[in-house]
Amino acid sequence: MAKVVAVTGNEAVANALRQVNPDVCGIYPITPQTDMMQRYASFISNGKVDTEAILVESEHSSMSACIGASAAGGRVVTATSSQGLALMWEMLHIASGDRLPIIMPVVNRALSAPLNIHGDHSDAMGARDTGWIQIWSENAQEAYDNTVQSFRVGEHMDIRLPVMVCLDGFIISHSIERMEYLEDAEVKKFVGEFKNLFPLLDLDKPKSYGPLILTDLYHEYKRAQHEVMTKVKDVVLDVAKDFEKLSGRKYGLFETYRLEDAEIALVILNSAAGTSKDVVDEFRNKGIKAGLLKPRLFRPFPYEEVAEALGNTKAVCVMDRADSFGGYGPLFMEVSSALYHLKERPLLINKIYGLGGRDYMPSHAELVLNELAEIAKSGKIRTYKEYIGVRE
Amino acid sequence: MKPKGWKDLTPGAVVLEGGSACNFKTGSWRAFRPVWIEENCIQCMWCWLYCPDMAIKVKDGKRAEFNYDFCKGCGICALECPGKKGKKAIEMIEEGK
Amino acid sequence: MATLNLKELSKKEDLLTHGHRMCSGCGAPTVVKMVLLATEYPVIASNATGCLEVSTCISEYTAWKIPWIHTAFENAAATLSGVETMYRSLKKQGKIDKDIKFIAFGGDGGTYDIGFQSLSGAMERGHDMIYICYDNGAYMNTGIQRSSATPLGADTTTCPAGDVIPGKLRARKNLTKIMAAHNIPYAAQASPSHWMDLMKKVQKAHEIPGPKFINILSPCNRGWRSKTNDAITLSRLGVNSCYWPLYEIENGVTKITYTPKDKVPVADFMKPQGRFKHLFDPQNAELLKRVQDEVDAEWAKLQKEEKCG
Repeated sequence: MAKVVAVTGNEAVANALRQVNPDVCGIYPITPQTDMMQRYASFISNGKVDTEAILVESEHSSMSACIGASAAGGRVVTATSSQGLALMWEMLHIASGDRLPIIMPVVNRALSAPLNIHGDHSDAMGARDTGWIQIWSENAQEAYDNTVQSFRVGEHMDIRLPVMVCLDGFIISHSIERMEYLEDAEVKKFVGEFKNLFPLLDLDKPKSYGPLILTDLYHEYKRAQHEVMTKVKDVVLDVAKDFEKLSGRKYGLFETYRLEDAEIALVILNSAAGTSKDVVDEFRNKGIKAGLLKPRLFRPFPYEEVAEALGNTKAVCVMDRADSFGGYGPLFMEVSSALYHLKERPLLINKIYGLGGRDYMPSHAELVLNELAEIAKSGKIRTYKEYIGVRE
Repeated sequence: MKPKGWKDLTPGAVVLEGGSACNFKTGSWRAFRPVWIEENCIQCMWCWLYCPDMAIKVKDGKRAEFNYDFCKGCGICALECPGKKGKKAIEMIEEGK
Repeated sequence: MATLNLKELSKKEDLLTHGHRMCSGCGAPTVVKMVLLATEYPVIASNATGCLEVSTCISEYTAWKIPWIHTAFENAAATLSGVETMYRSLKKQGKIDKDIKFIAFGGDGGTYDIGFQSLSGAMERGHDMIYICYDNGAYMNTGIQRSSATPLGADTTTCPAGDVIPGKLRARKNLTKIMAAHNIPYAAQASPSHWMDLMKKVQKAHEIPGPKFINILSPCNRGWRSKTNDAITLSRLGVNSCYWPLYEIENGVTKITYTPKDKVPVADFMKPQGRFKHLFDPQNAELLKRVQDEVDAEWAKLQKEEKCG
């Protein structure tokens, strides 16, 4: 039985973690994540969970301890944002290289300098090559649902990879929304018992984690890691199917909104997709065939499926809430790679929006959709990459 | 032995066989070879204790022969050997001589 | 605690096996061997990146017969704190019943320098573990670069003794005392030359719940520019010159566990080592004297601390 509540994104995710009841969690404060693990600490203090917390002295140690705990053999979570994720960077590669299914909500926030605490995607985008699975969430409900599903994905015996569940800092983490919780028992049953692969705590079979691997085998290990990523899509879809049976909520590799017959489309992640959908509706009301694609699984990126979904459009704008300075936005690079193999492909532009928590307004979506309509008509692109909502 | 391909590897590069280094012999590193002179040995076990390469065999709590498959010839055993009445129970000789 | 009898100890299985690839005559494997010989419990180890780590677990060859984990350079303590916490969690939940001990191994670079925060954090949090630093006084794995454990006057590849600068101009960081200042129940300093003292400290540490730190002198003939056979002799001279005093600080009370009968000049410890060769040139006489003065001052301070309890 679903329970309807009004909660913040952080509270929703903290409750998902409580319902899963992991064995160990790493806790370290960073805005805007702080309040998520703070809530979790109160669950521990009040005996709501069996989890042992490690109140670390940095995010680097948090991820190090999570790796140790996960290798020891058990279910492990932590959460972070921004600089915290950046400080973990070295260890992120080790978590995935060691094939440890650690679950980590990432409350997306801008990176320094200058220092900024508000939401953008620079942190998680900077970690896109670390070998972690990344699942992105538009709102509190999705963040909650994705967190619950992430355990089944990361811990799947064919996968055994760590997962980041991304949600927008403040916009989602701190805003109260109406959403539905599953029952504790339902979540418990859905994620199931944690299964070990190579637990260090098994004294009868002493193992060594973290060998030195030189030119003889390193390349092969990385090839094997790539292979695992190719299996993730199917697992994500299978888990989503089971989740739909439980919750009635449907998830895929990405969400499409009025995209089927669309001539122009936005590709946009997380909370800004919600704003954009309203504007898509307005354009539809005006008789303009607008649509939207909101990626959910960003790592591994579903190239073929995205290409198929966008293949019949005439012009697409990929909206990035992060920049790869000197390059295009990171989402744009993926979408353009996806479309390259099509014989007929839409014209493609890239807009950078909302950095450091700058508001993304319906007027921004309008501006972009108008430009796309113009591009679709004329076949001409004025500029490939552009910042929007920026003062001259 | 054919080198392993990427499909043959253990997930996460975890080494599943504890002590598998026993299959990697380091004796060829040796330039000098320790020789045990049993009659001068008082079984103090210092050579066994101080050997960084676990290359001194032990039988029932007594020192036995060197394990030349692994001895790297550092000479710590010979230097630390107290011997009997001033006579060392371990001598180092150049390999190949 | 079992009595420390070499004949009996020699019957134990090697938990760090032969076939490791540490340099010939390295002190570190002997340190590990002594620590594990003194360990009478099932034990899980973590290891900071460094000589010991790269040489004991390469490709599919591991010299460890105990569960062992290496993740990175600066985090042996944090990594092990995770392993230990999972153990406590599973034990609390009734999913595991054995008593297990935890040991972290790190070199001085991974302990005094880059791993200092992680070590400090793990000790403050009170994890039940012994952190063993095998201190060879420089970044030996990368080719003898200066660390904060490098002794005054030593020649390293990043503080080379030159015409203008005669090696390292700063004294060592006193990490053992810094760890004791964390108010952990047990911090100690040991040397493989004094094996009984070393093993007793490890045995004692295992019986004390909570975080423990033992700093162990670990000669490196490559970095010290000495002979391959002198690891034990040099560590003995380190102790007898009071360059490396043997002591423990238990619940804040300092105890010197070995007082040299005849304290030898620190020059006796330094002379066989090429890294100090330049200090014996007449123009560096003052620096050599400073080394002796600082060793004497530290030793006097330690004796005073022992008297004060």
